[in-house]
Amino acid sequence: MTTVTSDLLRFATVGSVDDGKSTLIGRLLVDTRQLFDDQLDAVAEASAKRGVGDLDLSFITDGLRAEREQGITIDVAYRYAATPTRKFVIADCPGHVQYTRNMATGASTADVALVVLDATKGLKEQTRRHLCIAALLGVRHVIVAANKMDVCDWDQTVYQAVVDQVHSVVDRLGYRDATVIPVSALKGDNVVERSLYATWYEGPTVLEALEAAPAGSWATSSTGARLPVQWVLRQLGGGRTYAGMVNGATFNLGDEVTLLPQGVATTVRAIHGPSGDLPAAIPGLSIDLDVADDTDAGRGDLFATAPLPQVTKEFDATVCWFSDHALSSGTRLRLKHTTRSTPVMVKSLSGTMDVETLSVVESSQLALNEIGLVHLVTADPLVVDDYRDNRVTGSFVLIDERSNATVAAGMIGHADFL
Amino acid sequence: MTNSSDTFAVNHLDLLEAHAIFILREVVAECERPVLLFSGGKDSAVLLHLAIKAFAPQQLPFPVMHVDTGHNFPEVLEYRDMMVAKYGLKLVVASVQEAIDKGRVADPGPLGMRNRLQTTALLDAINDHKFDAAFGGARRDEDKARAKERVLSFRDAFGQWDPRQQRPELWQLYQGKVNAGEHLRAFPLSDWTELDIWKYIQRENVPLPTIYFAHNRPVVHRDGMWLAVGEFVHPRHGEVVERHTVRFRTVGDASCTGAVRSGAETVEAIIAEIQVTNVSERGATRADDKFSETAMEDRKREGYF
Repeated sequence: MTTVTSDLLRFATVGSVDDGKSTLIGRLLVDTRQLFDDQLDAVAEASAKRGVGDLDLSFITDGLRAEREQGITIDVAYRYAATPTRKFVIADCPGHVQYTRNMATGASTADVALVVLDATKGLKEQTRRHLCIAALLGVRHVIVAANKMDVCDWDQTVYQAVVDQVHSVVDRLGYRDATVIPVSALKGDNVVERSLYATWYEGPTVLEALEAAPAGSWATSSTGARLPVQWVLRQLGGGRTYAGMVNGATFNLGDEVTLLPQGVATTVRAIHGPSGDLPAAIPGLSIDLDVADDTDAGRGDLFATAPLPQVTKEFDATVCWFSDHALSSGTRLRLKHTTRSTPVMVKSLSGTMDVETLSVVESSQLALNEIGLVHLVTADPLVVDDYRDNRVTGSFVLIDERSNATVAAGMIGHADFL
Repeated sequence: MTNSSDTFAVNHLDLLEAHAIFILREVVAECERPVLLFSGGKDSAVLLHLAIKAFAPQQLPFPVMHVDTGHNFPEVLEYRDMMVAKYGLKLVVASVQEAIDKGRVADPGPLGMRNRLQTTALLDAINDHKFDAAFGGARRDEDKARAKERVLSFRDAFGQWDPRQQRPELWQLYQGKVNAGEHLRAFPLSDWTELDIWKYIQRENVPLPTIYFAHNRPVVHRDGMWLAVGEFVHPRHGEVVERHTVRFRTVGDASCTGAVRSGAETVEAIIAEIQVTNVSERGATRADDKFSETAMEDRKREGYF
């Protein structure tokens, strides 16, 4: 298992529309003093102009004109914050089912999902859908804000009902932990400041939970080192090196590596980093690799250390479908995996996921925003790992050849809960 | 051999640098004719530095483009030409003056603001040169509309950005295919903050135009900002020309980019200063963002950087 840790936690807000995700992020940013005076002034002015009170906290991340007019989030807003303990990259995602693709975008790089739900309304279908997608994307830690507790007068039975509902879903989806926090984002209870009303609650605030959550879990991997070749660099005085970003595990000088799909074995002669030569390159670094033997490696090929990935033209995968035109057996698309693109055909669709029951049901079509299990056949061989073992070599996107739109997110293999 | 249960601590700037280099290489590999937008500002200076690293020891495999409003700080033009000579860059100049002369845009007058006119000059140049990708130094922490934008941001045949129809962009799988006439904007510095930029400038000794550092010059106070009195800014009736020690936090059109009162003469001093400031960089220095609630979004929709 390789883990790259940093003092940086990436988290995404997930949950249904109107449950208060953007308001919670606004509250978190205001109460930890992340906003500049002019930014706060601008939010106050915009709130007054639209008659939504002194300071509509959701306007801090809902920055688009249409978002403020409609009072919903349309696309992910990325915000950067720092407390004395750690740095945060926040992806504030939309809750509306129409913008599920944007939620998946925000959650795809998250270490932790911050689930926001309206405690008085319980766990809605859209929240279950988001929890499914986040689980498929490999998020393993959730912090749940049971929001709007002020509306039910901090009734502990309401909170307990949320805890029970949340656990029935997250345990099934394979999440490792789920902290449920009674919150009022609007009033600022248990976000940064401890609530004076939830006297029966002894757990962490949202900020405390975020500061304690494991950072860097996104890049955790159990495969060997991988370098998908992006670009070939000609060196002065002859020779070539292979540029790309390391994933999986560390490359060391002298490592035996295999060039795939060719299957040519060689060794690492030098590792050029952005500021000079390195003895080793950890996951996440952009390097160029010099190998001992002449190879004909090019873009789309991959250098790997053992255990080696699979070279294949056929595989099972889980896809989240983002197009209005349904996918079915026989659909032809383009696939981008690491640095390689190839024509692809859907050989079969073995089922779609029922978000309500969390079970797979038979279906001949995969409609917009549905999750499906497919068997794909590619024109060119791909060098793949299972998504659970490596998020880089295990992921792909599907592209509509005519419009060039990205129509699906794909993960090689199936999650345990499917 | 795979090491079992290895845990590595990694430096934040190293990861930002690696990610930016990855994006630069990915776009160059996938697009036919990329170009790097180089204003001479600190963000484009960092972007150029990263691009040089990404393709070393080879020459930069694409030209750089300066969208020239005609209202330049002389120090910035000097800097631009110095960097072009230093790295042997191919420079394309997209001239707002030319767009005015050709009647493509209305002349706002000798002292008028030319910021918004840059969009026409930029889109014309992208068209003329058939560029299908333009790297920019924009960062998500600059503005609430930029906070919403993808790393690879699709533009239609009219150069427009549609924030409701952005492509899903999962993991670090950047998908840059466009049809003829369309193009991409690519933002390798999306996840960098102003402080990250300055810390990287410090670590890498990235050269910058001198106006980023404290200097004494005549200024007038207008719309809550200090504007440098010079060829393009004359004192209006009732305005008093004062001399102050100032520096610029951003570099844009000379007629609408404000200076901040500061004695910070070194990168170290600037870092210390921005760690305690209460005002955002665009709030402090850009008149063009103050027209309306969604000024940046409105300009971006039309094709602005």
